[in-house]
Amino acid sequence: MNLYDIAIIGGGVVGTAIARELSRYRLTIVLFEKEAEVAFGVSKSNSGIIHPGTQNPPASLKGKLCVQGNILTRRLARELAVDFKEAGELIVAFSEEEAGRLIQLKKDAEALGVPRLKIVDKKWLRKNEPNLSGEAIAALYAPTAGIISPYRWVYDLAENAIQNGAEIRTGLEVKKILAKKPRFEIVTQKGAFGARFVINAAGLYADDVSAMSGIKNFKIKPRKGEEFLLDKKLEGLTKHLLFPLPSNISKGILVTRTSDGNPMIGPTAEDVDDKTDLSTTSEGFRKVLEGAHKLVPSINENDVIAYFAGLRPVAGEDFIIRHEDEAPGFINVAGIQSPGLTAAPAIALMVAGILRDHGLLLKKKAVFRKHRKKEYHLFAIPIAKTKKLIKKDASYGDIVCRCEMVSAKEVREAIARGATTMDGIKFRTRAQAGRCHGSFCTTRLMKILAQETGLSRLAVTKRGKGSELVKTGRVSD
Amino acid sequence: MNKSLVCIECPKGCVLSVDIESSKAKDVKGAKCPKGVIYAQAEVENPTRVLTSTLLAEGLELRLVPVRTDKPIPKKDLFKAMEEIRKIRIRKPLKAGDTVFRNFLGLGINLIATREVGKRR
Amino acid sequence: MIKRDLVIVGGGPAGLAAAISAYENGIKDILLLERDQYLGGLLNQCIHTGFGIEYFKEVLTGPEYADRFIRKIKNITSIEISLRSFVVRLEKDKTLTYLKPGGLFTVRPRALIMATGCREKTREMVHIPGTRPAGIFSAGLAQKLINIEGLLPGKEVVIIGSGDIGLIMARRFTLEGAEVKGIIEIQPTTRGLLRNVVQCVEDFGIPIYFNHKVLRIHGSDRVEKVSVAKVDEKMNEIAGTEFDIECDTVLVSVGLIPENELIEMAGVIIDKRTNSPVSTEVNKTSVPGIFVCGNSYKVYDYVDSVTVDSQLAGKMAAEYIKGLD
Repeated sequence: MNLYDIAIIGGGVVGTAIARELSRYRLTIVLFEKEAEVAFGVSKSNSGIIHPGTQNPPASLKGKLCVQGNILTRRLARELAVDFKEAGELIVAFSEEEAGRLIQLKKDAEALGVPRLKIVDKKWLRKNEPNLSGEAIAALYAPTAGIISPYRWVYDLAENAIQNGAEIRTGLEVKKILAKKPRFEIVTQKGAFGARFVINAAGLYADDVSAMSGIKNFKIKPRKGEEFLLDKKLEGLTKHLLFPLPSNISKGILVTRTSDGNPMIGPTAEDVDDKTDLSTTSEGFRKVLEGAHKLVPSINENDVIAYFAGLRPVAGEDFIIRHEDEAPGFINVAGIQSPGLTAAPAIALMVAGILRDHGLLLKKKAVFRKHRKKEYHLFAIPIAKTKKLIKKDASYGDIVCRCEMVSAKEVREAIARGATTMDGIKFRTRAQAGRCHGSFCTTRLMKILAQETGLSRLAVTKRGKGSELVKTGRVSD
Repeated sequence: MNKSLVCIECPKGCVLSVDIESSKAKDVKGAKCPKGVIYAQAEVENPTRVLTSTLLAEGLELRLVPVRTDKPIPKKDLFKAMEEIRKIRIRKPLKAGDTVFRNFLGLGINLIATREVGKRR
Repeated sequence: MIKRDLVIVGGGPAGLAAAISAYENGIKDILLLERDQYLGGLLNQCIHTGFGIEYFKEVLTGPEYADRFIRKIKNITSIEISLRSFVVRLEKDKTLTYLKPGGLFTVRPRALIMATGCREKTREMVHIPGTRPAGIFSAGLAQKLINIEGLLPGKEVVIIGSGDIGLIMARRFTLEGAEVKGIIEIQPTTRGLLRNVVQCVEDFGIPIYFNHKVLRIHGSDRVEKVSVAKVDEKMNEIAGTEFDIECDTVLVSVGLIPENELIEMAGVIIDKRTNSPVSTEVNKTSVPGIFVCGNSYKVYDYVDSVTVDSQLAGKMAAEYIKGLD
């Protein structure tokens, strides 16, 4: 049986951020992800906003970690060569009553330490956010809000953790956790692994995983959010991330954009029972359009090119991050809903602290490779740079995806860095993510994926076993 | 007996009214050209279709070579024809219009390639 | 920067016809850019018959139709054909940037003909709720998988929309041994040709549900079923008419849109509703010297119309260039 110091269960942003943080120490680390690739759970449906920390209760753990995470994310993104854009957010008021609430919101956020907040008036909004509804009368401006690609973030955290010696095992589902002091035995469908500490970052399934070690003090309730992406042609639709005033259960319907430039509207917030319910609905679409129109009246439903649903893993009001004394060595990191993406690097530091407090020696490695080699995305670089890249490697000039301008080189590189599925390629490169939804590039991507992995095209999947793209073929390669 | 048919000879899709006597088309109305009359007669007596499909290629620049029957074949033979088509392999370069299989299914018709295919480069 | 009299973007039926016509109208310095490794465009995957009845007075398959033009253009040595060439940028002065394996090129033509064809509307554009498992394809992608790649996307198929591509794929799937369990059409009649209803659907006893719509797609990893209901004249679902069809594959065949993102980049005014260029004259755009033909000008029912339209565009571009001298 392989023995590790640390076993992390869950390959979302939380699990991979923890793996990356701990990989700077002399520890043996393994991370288990039940899906075919990391980021395929809760993280893949994240909106990619790095929150400033404005909309959290003043004394909350999530508020504190969000504010810290906003700072840490910038540094980490630089180290890992991940694009981080500071966009700034506006929480928009449409009435005098709402404008009044902005003042309290500002006070609460300042108490948490959110910097550079400012209440801006109608005139400012007219000038700086021209497509915002004329009905808006004021807004709370938080310039530190940013955007990141949630899945590339997770992939890059994972990649760097691997570079520093962590093992990431995908397609392994934890079935049982046995306490065999002084270690745990983690039973998966592909054998058992031993670990001194277990960190449960299993997202929607964190309650099930916790129960495996006898800790049943919380329940995860999925809260569904439907998001709708607009055509990249509308890249300049808004300059800032636009929020209405928050309600009790959510931040409302936002008008934001992805790190790749597509405006995005949503999400809904609906409590559901099924942890696999990723369906979108007509009601959700109507609700989101209505909410988005309130902020930006010019949004046209014909510009919607894609939509998806995600589930937030909710366990009460706040995050649960703690050592479970009844199962010594077992650490729960659960209920990480919004602002979990932002908070992840701060959560990782907090977990390292908990480990230290419980007797784990954190000794720095002699060599920690904190930088990751940047990959290039043609859509994000100037033409002159593209020209240079093609000179170095001809296949940068071999365009595979017409809508998003993705080359064969980028696809091969994504596979070399860990993509094993069509979704994995899509999340990393954007191929298939544009307005034609892969009608043009699917066959070529299947071919490249088969070539690079040595698999038959019949074995190519959308997102892991059971999601094979085609059923049979007259050719077997 | 009278039967209504849609002619499939061209995109116009003439609606034909056919008088049938002892399994023969006696009178065809509604056809805007002579092809419609011939179609209606065949449709009543022995319906036929042009079959298009693909043949597996080996060592050529395409995986599949598209083909068609040079004349319509009986509709009832379509699935039998597909079974035969799956067995055929093409190994030589072809031009569009080249005959690739003579007297297909013993029906007196040929399979012809509909696209040029060269050697694998 | 390379200078050219005429650049044509697209080597499908529109681009081929436009190039030949421009040449025949006196333009000798022509560059044709095609993103695929073959000429012929989508005709290569349309292996069924029905092409060319007007223009050639013959019944041809898609590849045969393309072949007629490919043979002709290959004999015209002054038309340079650049394959695997992908235009990524177009500027107002018609300067275009294209990539091909190993190179990035900039070319400024005196006139430009865009023959970029069309793309299929997606499930997202018609707002079909439900999940997003494997097994949802545009009809054209399914056609390419079967006819070009030799792969069968699924064995139990439901087709959304009764346009010609959907009908033709119903036959193609059936002949390849799959079961087409239904075609769901929200309108009261087919959007395709009657002859295709006869020879692609009725010939094989495939159920076609008019006045019905797909309410939801189900399945987590792979499509498992669709929920369907009858609709009233306002296309709203009629309560109590819902039923499920089990299937592993959903084909979406709900129409085509002209592909004009490049000329939009160059400032050509585009009709938001149709995605066609706004134009006072067939084939002309709001930018002088940029012409658009074939399905990128508007989606035509027949390739013969594309050919005739594109020949006109070739002639117009030739006259435009001659007028500059």
